[in-house]
Amino acid sequence: MEIKVEYAGYYFLLLVILAYLITGFINTGAVLSSLHFSLQIGLKLVPVFILVFLLMTAFNYLLSPERLKRHMEKFSGIKGLLIAVVGGIISTGPIYMWYPMLRELKRKGIGYGFIATFLYNRAVKLPLIPVMIFYFGLKYTVVLSLVMISVSVLLGFLFEKMERGGIL
Amino acid sequence: MNRLAESAIKSGRSLYNTLPVLAGVILLIGLINTLVPKSLYRSVFTGNEILNSLIGSGLGSLMAGNPVTSYILGGEMLKQGVGLMAVTSFIVAWVTVGMVQLPAESLLLGKRFAILRNLICFIFSILVAGLTVMILGAM
Repeated sequence: MEIKVEYAGYYFLLLVILAYLITGFINTGAVLSSLHFSLQIGLKLVPVFILVFLLMTAFNYLLSPERLKRHMEKFSGIKGLLIAVVGGIISTGPIYMWYPMLRELKRKGIGYGFIATFLYNRAVKLPLIPVMIFYFGLKYTVVLSLVMISVSVLLGFLFEKMERGGIL
Repeated sequence: MNRLAESAIKSGRSLYNTLPVLAGVILLIGLINTLVPKSLYRSVFTGNEILNSLIGSGLGSLMAGNPVTSYILGGEMLKQGVGLMAVTSFIVAWVTVGMVQLPAESLLLGKRFAILRNLICFIFSILVAGLTVMILGAM
């Protein structure tokens, strides 16, 4: 699955390069101007990505799916949802990597509310926050993250209710 | 190999894997910025906040990939005059709704759960965008 995603990235890049080549045949000036604009964006992002790399390394060093799972199994109810919030935020890697672990937790009796909250909080990515601040500012980043965390708990309760009501 | 070096390699590999997409997105933004007239954004995002958010969430739900890509695209959309609520809906839907991962999610966590979760997250992306913009406006 990962290999396919990697190839998709290269195909996408090739398509964009092809678009540049076609545009270049029609309007060379437009291509030069586009490249200049893209280079400016790229250069601005370099320091941000160095910070992202350092943060990702720290998170990978401190956490593993197994270690996280051990903590998640211990809690339920509101405590469980809060663990799901923290677990979702600090979890790293592609989302599909976490599906088997969540299925195992489900088999062990963890509710859908917990899973929904965990998955929602994967959207709050601490290592990527520098990029968000770079584009939208600190105030926006803090407000959006807090709103998303609050909504994730609401989502958890909603799914707990649906599960208890037999909808799931 | 020690654990820190392993973590650094894992992070480096993860970032390296996103490079083709990121390079493609940055190059595409450059091309779009040059070729597409600014008026097009205003014609797609009409001025009605709810409709704009629906369009933003719809676009975000269909696209997939590293959230960084959505931040870059959203940031550039904002510069082109697209409203903050629509851009917020776009980036929230990008990271919370996964049409591409839906088959895997259905298979491993249950079809009903996967469909309901994605549907509710789509609606919540508009709610989150509205709340965020409202709070920022009141600050």
